[in-house]
Amino acid sequence: MFTPVPNPTTNPGPAKFGEQDLIRRSASTVTPPAKRQTEVAKLIDVSKCIGCKACQVACLEWNNLTEEVGINVGVYDNPHDLTPNTWTLMRYTEYENAETGNLEWLIRKDGCMHCEDPGCLKACPAPGAIVQYSNGIVDFVHDKCIGCGYCVKGCPFNIPRISKVDAKAYKCTLCVDRVAVGQGPACQKACPTQAIVFGTKDEMKQWADHRIKDLKSRGFKNAGLYDPPGVKGTHVMYVLQHNDKPQIYAGLPNNPSISPVVELWKGATKYAGLTAIGAFAAIGFLHHLLTGANRVSAEDEKNAERLTEGRS
Amino acid sequence: MTNSWMDIKNADVVWIMGGNAAEAHPCGFKWVTEAKAERGAKLMVVDPRFNRSAAMADHYAPIRSGSDITFLSAVINHLLTNDKIHKEYVRHYTNAAFIVKDEYEFNEGLFSGYDESKRSYDRSTWEYKFGPDGFAIRDMTLSDPRCVFQLMKKHFAQYTPELVQRVCGTPKDKFLKVAEWVASTANGERAMTIMYALGWTQHSHGAQNIRCAAMIQLLCGNIGIPGGGVNALRGHSNVQGITDVGTLTAAIPGYLALPTEQEPTLESHLSKRAFKPLTPNQTSYWQNYRKFYVSFLKTQFGANATKENEFGYNYLPKLDGIYDCIKMFDLMHQGKTNGLICQGFNPLMAIPNSNKSREALSKLKFLVSMDPIETDTARFWENHGEFNNVDPAKIQTEVFMLPVTSFAEEEGSVTNSSRLIQWRWKAADPYYESKTDIDILADLFVRMRKMYEKDGGKGKDAILAVDWSYKDPLHPSVDELQAELNGRALVDLKDAEGKVVRAAGQRLASFGEMRDDGSTDGCMWIYTGFYGPTGNMAQRRDNSDPSGLGVYQNWGFSWPANRRIQYNRASADPDGKPWSEAKKYMYWNGERWTGPDVPDYVPTIPPERAVGPFIMNAEGVSRLWVRGLMADGPFPVHMEPFESPVPNLVFPKLKGNPVARVFKNDMEALGASKDFPIVGTTYRLTEHFHYWTKSVHANAVMQPEFFVELSEELAREKGIRHGQMVRIWSKRGEVKGKAVVTKRIKPFMIDGKPVHQVGLPLNFGFIGETKKASPINGLTSAIGDSNSQTPEYKAFLVNIEPIAGPVA
Amino acid sequence: MSTEVESGDGVHPGKPVIVDRYTVAARINHWITAVSLVLLALSGLALFTPALYFLTGLFGGGPTTRMIHPWIGVVLFLSFMGLFIRFFRLNLWERTDNVWMSRLRDVLAGDEEKLPEVGKYNAGQKMVFWSMSLLILVLITSGVVIWDQYFSNYFTIEQKRIAVLVHSITAIVAICVWIVHVYAAIWVRGTISAMTRGRVTGGWAWRHHRKWLRDLVTTKH
Repeated sequence: MFTPVPNPTTNPGPAKFGEQDLIRRSASTVTPPAKRQTEVAKLIDVSKCIGCKACQVACLEWNNLTEEVGINVGVYDNPHDLTPNTWTLMRYTEYENAETGNLEWLIRKDGCMHCEDPGCLKACPAPGAIVQYSNGIVDFVHDKCIGCGYCVKGCPFNIPRISKVDAKAYKCTLCVDRVAVGQGPACQKACPTQAIVFGTKDEMKQWADHRIKDLKSRGFKNAGLYDPPGVKGTHVMYVLQHNDKPQIYAGLPNNPSISPVVELWKGATKYAGLTAIGAFAAIGFLHHLLTGANRVSAEDEKNAERLTEGRS
Repeated sequence: MTNSWMDIKNADVVWIMGGNAAEAHPCGFKWVTEAKAERGAKLMVVDPRFNRSAAMADHYAPIRSGSDITFLSAVINHLLTNDKIHKEYVRHYTNAAFIVKDEYEFNEGLFSGYDESKRSYDRSTWEYKFGPDGFAIRDMTLSDPRCVFQLMKKHFAQYTPELVQRVCGTPKDKFLKVAEWVASTANGERAMTIMYALGWTQHSHGAQNIRCAAMIQLLCGNIGIPGGGVNALRGHSNVQGITDVGTLTAAIPGYLALPTEQEPTLESHLSKRAFKPLTPNQTSYWQNYRKFYVSFLKTQFGANATKENEFGYNYLPKLDGIYDCIKMFDLMHQGKTNGLICQGFNPLMAIPNSNKSREALSKLKFLVSMDPIETDTARFWENHGEFNNVDPAKIQTEVFMLPVTSFAEEEGSVTNSSRLIQWRWKAADPYYESKTDIDILADLFVRMRKMYEKDGGKGKDAILAVDWSYKDPLHPSVDELQAELNGRALVDLKDAEGKVVRAAGQRLASFGEMRDDGSTDGCMWIYTGFYGPTGNMAQRRDNSDPSGLGVYQNWGFSWPANRRIQYNRASADPDGKPWSEAKKYMYWNGERWTGPDVPDYVPTIPPERAVGPFIMNAEGVSRLWVRGLMADGPFPVHMEPFESPVPNLVFPKLKGNPVARVFKNDMEALGASKDFPIVGTTYRLTEHFHYWTKSVHANAVMQPEFFVELSEELAREKGIRHGQMVRIWSKRGEVKGKAVVTKRIKPFMIDGKPVHQVGLPLNFGFIGETKKASPINGLTSAIGDSNSQTPEYKAFLVNIEPIAGPVA
Repeated sequence: MSTEVESGDGVHPGKPVIVDRYTVAARINHWITAVSLVLLALSGLALFTPALYFLTGLFGGGPTTRMIHPWIGVVLFLSFMGLFIRFFRLNLWERTDNVWMSRLRDVLAGDEEKLPEVGKYNAGQKMVFWSMSLLILVLITSGVVIWDQYFSNYFTIEQKRIAVLVHSITAIVAICVWIVHVYAAIWVRGTISAMTRGRVTGGWAWRHHRKWLRDLVTTKH
């Protein structure tokens, strides 16, 4: 058993991290702290997940969210997608393994991956609306969010959702408020089978190795850790039975990275665009300086008068 | 559970069948994932559906609902014919060696003594042969053709893997893998745990399903050892508790029996139950029955229970039959019942044949619902369109709704499947005017007694004799009630030498201190010690586990006597040595029995005395052959459900369980397979708790609407699209819901023909936050198991068709 | 060949000659478009680059900027449609426009005598007109794709990503075209009054749009 984080004392204490620990801040530059905090991570072991949705309920309860009662559309996934209130969601896939002839019911807990290189933060135009702490947690700061939805376009995992009520972006916070007082996230606390564990990223990688060894012993030769390098690793990682085919887990991206379109938009376009505008303005200015105004001469007026003479 | 939840982590093979632990017991299932992850245990799941547990399994084998006995019997046959049994265990710790009466016979599915007109067996031939000394005759070589072992070999020989494939629809190779994994534990080196729940009990032959499991575990030597056991998973955090305190219809607390009409005196009742040992040197613990019974009567009637009046035995009602809830509702339906008090009970949803239940409720004069939430039953008179289509004007039943506190709003103990009694402290104040169950019942009792005092009436003496000497009669305290359950010394208790071992007024430390002369009380002997002289053991929260075997001796209190694994003497060989280092648990250290647990044995009896390890049985050993203790046979037999898509392929003459109780209108309400070719089975979803959490918003979000699970093949055949509305109907009623078309259900090939099965979650009703649905038990039949009367919810016949409606 | 005159154009002999170039309606239409475009540029740039995020202050903060920008876009689009209907006929490309274009050096030097006589719009103006028409069409289309408040469910994220990139690039080009347009109006003195008072002097018309003036004189009298 992975030793769970013990219950905290009920005495208030200082938060373990805060503003001073930001390593990234959307639409702004920050001076990163001299010393980075130990990176944390949540490890979701798909092979241990029974899909009970306790994590979903714990997330609603801890974050004081109310989701609508929906309908059944022929699957176990409820709600049917992430929403501004549903920050984590079990996604169920019935996978027929052609190699073994066995059916596998793959149940993946979807939610923010807390990328080391967060696409949402890169895309965000509002200063400080998305922040990344040095322990790796990526959080949305709602009073700074303008609801433009650029984070949705920036995210390689299709996670943020914009509320129709207050037009702000919402997603998993990795229970930043709980982690700040030394606790694991609510979902992890609620998970009955330790399919979700939480600790430092190094601990999680070691624990994942332990799990992968077990899975390999059971014939899952491609079992592995999903910690995609395309976003420089994530602070929510998966143990997958079939790490060679992440897409079978309800469309988990094979090799996610921030879309090149977004990179182009937030990179070259931004600089080239401003340069172009500046250049046009400068050329106009220079042209005027060199050629002077194009004025109508008295001769022109005369010619006009001549043309119109007698035609009143 | 014979073992504990935590002990599952010691298993090498985990077998889930007749249950879906990951779905219905997600927190307990943690110990399965522990066994897998930390011990390398293999998990196998046998179920009609590829369910949440199967999703976690190393091996899954499908089985047609209701055919478990054939599957399990074939495992028994596999063990016997391949000699994959734990021989020493079987020889010394089971009744394999016992010789059975010559008159016993088995013929075409029926045992000797069957009376078709009474639908019952005369069980007298199912007994051991006794010698002139009064003890049962044994053949320790197990070779006598009339010994249990040889009878078993013969009885199970026909259950071959081929038969399994034909009857259960389980592919032979998948069955054999199960059998081989079971066999891998028949050696004392490895252990297998069996986890089951209502998937086995809710059949007309449910008790025999579990018998099979017990026999398999005994053949493998998996009872009494860590990581072994036959583990019944309870469906409620405290359902173990409510059976313990005697809400069974024929029991008083602690599994003692209510007297019957044939037992007019205390002596006539006790003499039938204080079993004498059947073999020399045995400890037959039930010889203490008298002490427990008298102590119970002393609690019940206090000073009014004296030696002269047989401790108030005559005040107890004498049963003229059994009054389980199926019977109760049948009587109600006949108009023979005036009132019903539902305390935390939603029978309109819970019991079979809802249409009959609704009619029965309509014939009551009054209905009381004591519940923290509004139940469908309390609203049975209200029209909810097609979901509860009644005319309120025609229903005269007066309904009282008494709001009670929920578990978090009061203190008390709950007893989980591990028999572990744990305290719950009050976490919140009750809502508005809701009261605890104790206060409501106390108030009711005090008022009724006053009326009896004034006006008299039937049973007046008994009601006036009840000891109600609580400090505040209207509010008995939890402390007082616990002390009653535990028991006290009423006078100074002295040992043989005259030394006072327990002073008058002190609470008892164990049921061993109970006496049969009225000097102790205690209304539930199995719990004695949980609130002993040292205080409330249920409140203990020491999570240290010195042995590393998940024993946690100082966490809560596990009845009986704080024992975590029952029959644990069997974890050592007859010489008192562990069967293996790997399975070392309780052993003889030269002076006494020791180990991490409380021995299930007299701690000082040395192995040389050869006292059997199963001290609760008069034989001293466990029973592969159950004598006359079960209504439907000393061995299991393949019986089809009362509604089955196929004839009985093993014993063509058997139609259902030959001794199951069948009420007339229930028999008439059985459907035939030509009209209803599809097997229906009901079950719960992990997102909900019974019919309760449909009233809880967050749970309703997780599973908002009733649905039906069906195979892609059946969907194609019937033209049903994914997410479409469908109608499912049986001879008794109909429901409508969304189609969940899934690869997780596949048709079974039974005797060369495909048989379809549909899955019907039971959590939805017409009251609550979820989308309205008709009670699923509108479909099910009230015919139940011949031993427990548990209805056959798990296998019945339905039909299905697509209907117009919102398509998602 | 069609005449180079739009309805409302007129000529008033005198000293100096006064020529009606734009009607009141056309001018209102133009200024609605102009104001919209400026507001769009300001709000758009605010969301485009953090360096200019402070511009959201002009609109009452980030969220209102985000909310208002697409609505102004709709105003611009409708308003520009008005301009388009008004002006497109005389903005149709003609052979002489190619000659004009080929002598861009003379254009930039102000040597208009070396150029062919120009109708109501010269080739440069026509280029501004047509590029704006195209750019605004692209902007409104891509804008709708990323207008999440109402249309988030109709497009995929990948479509939105492309749309946001296209929208940004198009907007930049539009701003550049707008700079050309505004600069030309400033550089060519006497032009602005066409859009303020609706009138230009005869000399201005003679110098810059002689063919238009000739046509006016022949058709209106």
